[in-house]
Amino acid sequence: MSQTLLQQIITMGAALMLLISFALLSQKRMLSLLHWFALQGVVLAAVTALVAYTSDNTELYVSAAITLMLKGMLLPWVLWKIIRQMHVHREVEPLVNIPITMLIAAALVVFSYQVTLPIEHLSHLITRNTIAVAMANVLLGMLMMITRKKAITQVIGFLAIENSLFFAGVGATYGMPLVAELGVAFDVLIASVVFGLFFYHIRDTFESLDLNKMEK
Amino acid sequence: MNWFVFLLGAPLLAAAWLAFDAHPHRSAWVNKIAAALTFIASIGLAVQVLRHGRLMVWDGWFFMDAFNVFLVALTAFVATTTAIFSGPYMRHELEKGKIDGNRLRLYHSMYQLFVFGMFLGQTSNNLAIIWLSLEIATLATVLLVSLYRTPGSIAAAWKYLIICGVGISLALFGTATLFFASSDVLGHGEAALTWTRLYASADQLNPTVMRLAFVFLMVGYGTKVGLAPMHTWLPDAHAEGPTPVSAVLSGLLLNLALYALVRCKMLVDASTGTHFAGNLMMGFGLLSLLVAAFSLHKQHDIKRMFSFSSIEHMGLMTFTFGIGTPVANFAAMLHMTTHSLVKSGIFFTVGHATQMMGTQVMSDIRGLINHQPGIGWGLLIGTCAIAGFPPFGVFTSEFLIFSAALQSYPWTVSVLLIGLLIAVAGLFRFVPDMTYGKVPEHAKLVHANMLPIYIHFSLALLLGISIPGFLAGWYHQAAALIAGGAT
Repeated sequence: MSQTLLQQIITMGAALMLLISFALLSQKRMLSLLHWFALQGVVLAAVTALVAYTSDNTELYVSAAITLMLKGMLLPWVLWKIIRQMHVHREVEPLVNIPITMLIAAALVVFSYQVTLPIEHLSHLITRNTIAVAMANVLLGMLMMITRKKAITQVIGFLAIENSLFFAGVGATYGMPLVAELGVAFDVLIASVVFGLFFYHIRDTFESLDLNKMEK
Repeated sequence: MNWFVFLLGAPLLAAAWLAFDAHPHRSAWVNKIAAALTFIASIGLAVQVLRHGRLMVWDGWFFMDAFNVFLVALTAFVATTTAIFSGPYMRHELEKGKIDGNRLRLYHSMYQLFVFGMFLGQTSNNLAIIWLSLEIATLATVLLVSLYRTPGSIAAAWKYLIICGVGISLALFGTATLFFASSDVLGHGEAALTWTRLYASADQLNPTVMRLAFVFLMVGYGTKVGLAPMHTWLPDAHAEGPTPVSAVLSGLLLNLALYALVRCKMLVDASTGTHFAGNLMMGFGLLSLLVAAFSLHKQHDIKRMFSFSSIEHMGLMTFTFGIGTPVANFAAMLHMTTHSLVKSGIFFTVGHATQMMGTQVMSDIRGLINHQPGIGWGLLIGTCAIAGFPPFGVFTSEFLIFSAALQSYPWTVSVLLIGLLIAVAGLFRFVPDMTYGKVPEHAKLVHANMLPIYIHFSLALLLGISIPGFLAGWYHQAAALIAGGAT
């Protein structure tokens, strides 16, 4: 009973994560981009907590709590503060227009399923879809990083990649060992501080967070 | 065991201390002493490992075998000489107003944190911690690259942060995939990420999953090794940061990433029973060698040029580890040693040369030998050494690499030869002009600390003339270990 429930939770989580990745790619305004990013963190925390509950893995509750606080609340809030404080232009400014980005994204999802096909045939774990979805999410995060002009959108893409990796860990293996989870959480925190520092450096040096200005 | 506490403790404590100590002389000394302590500790550990075989520390969370203890000793050595070099170098930058007291604190503290990350990664038995330590070392060096806060350095550091950040997340994805395969065999816990446990039961791991995991690990760690086509961050990061940082980036950080890759390769090839991981490494290695050799010719900045030479040599090492026979591993480790010694030595001389001429642009650097002979000759000798001229150690290791390649994959030798020749031509296109000729008028004399340079080049020379017996035995042990022999 709990195995089917677990499978359903993870499959639904995977679907939601993929949906949110597409939503992130299609946003035109910074504020709604941040909302979706925060939602991704919350979904991730919820899936983690549910997996923890159904698989009786207490370590995962810790991960879920950290995820909710860090990725669902703290990081989106800090990013929003930075955007307001630095008077960043509130539009996303994509380099490639959004419909074409969406088409590329769809192709990337198909590609991920293709690559992970041999695993799905082999795996006897119940969460076969998740590796494919997680890989697709990673690729979508990268797509976001390369098709956006601003430093902040690049960072959101980066953090979305981290989210998908975390989801891969939870979905495919019911969470990595606690040491790994804590290490990654710590790393995300420190990396965000460094990112924040660099926003100020970049703005002070180039008078804008637009990365085109950085090219010589 | 006691030595081990020093190895990790000294840099960590020093990093904390130096974060609050802006006194130029005292902090430089603390930096040196902390690095020297790790070097002494690494010698102690090396002796223990050579006498008693593999060493497990702290309930198996850390371990040392012939392979990583060799890297630890090399890291500690280069970290120490770089700390000695950086003392007068950073004082010069301080006097010229390129940095202030706060930046000096940041510099020293991050330097020690970087060293800590290096040792943590090289000795850890847990794949997740190896990953984490690479990330620590990356973040520390990002702050070091942006130390001068010039537009160029900020842009370079941002590029470094983003490209390596993404690269390293791919490595994490690879690690998660690997855990997916191993948790079936070793259970759902730390054991499934513990390297020694994984290696012992590698043949039971699902080969298909391991193969997919390795693709991600290859691209992820390969980004940090500086393999083409993910190498674009490396020249900028080397050119814009302070020179001691370029020296440790080239001499140490790239080695750690390659170390992580080789450890994963050992697992994957043992699991699949094929040469899949090795082939992938050979491909990326050859590509990097060629790309770097051609790019070398197009450079204007002296540090960028030598960073392309680093990419070339890292490609060569990745290729050689990919071959995977004991001879090849021996050659690759020797090459790692000689490259680290010579390349950091070159960066020391380049650092003095750029301070002397006040520029990094190669067409403005002229007449080094006439102006300050020690530095000019240092650069020329270093270039000969890195180009692989006998009697230097790089010649020996490249010769061994050729023998190993001839033995297993003869066709690759032609590619290697072309790549190396083009790279050598690139080096000698620029370096003689810089060392000879008329001294520009604005050139000034600098207080050069030649000791680390002499030590590095004489060691490289010694390795070229005759490798000491104990060292050769040590490499043999490690080479057999990597090739899948006795543990």
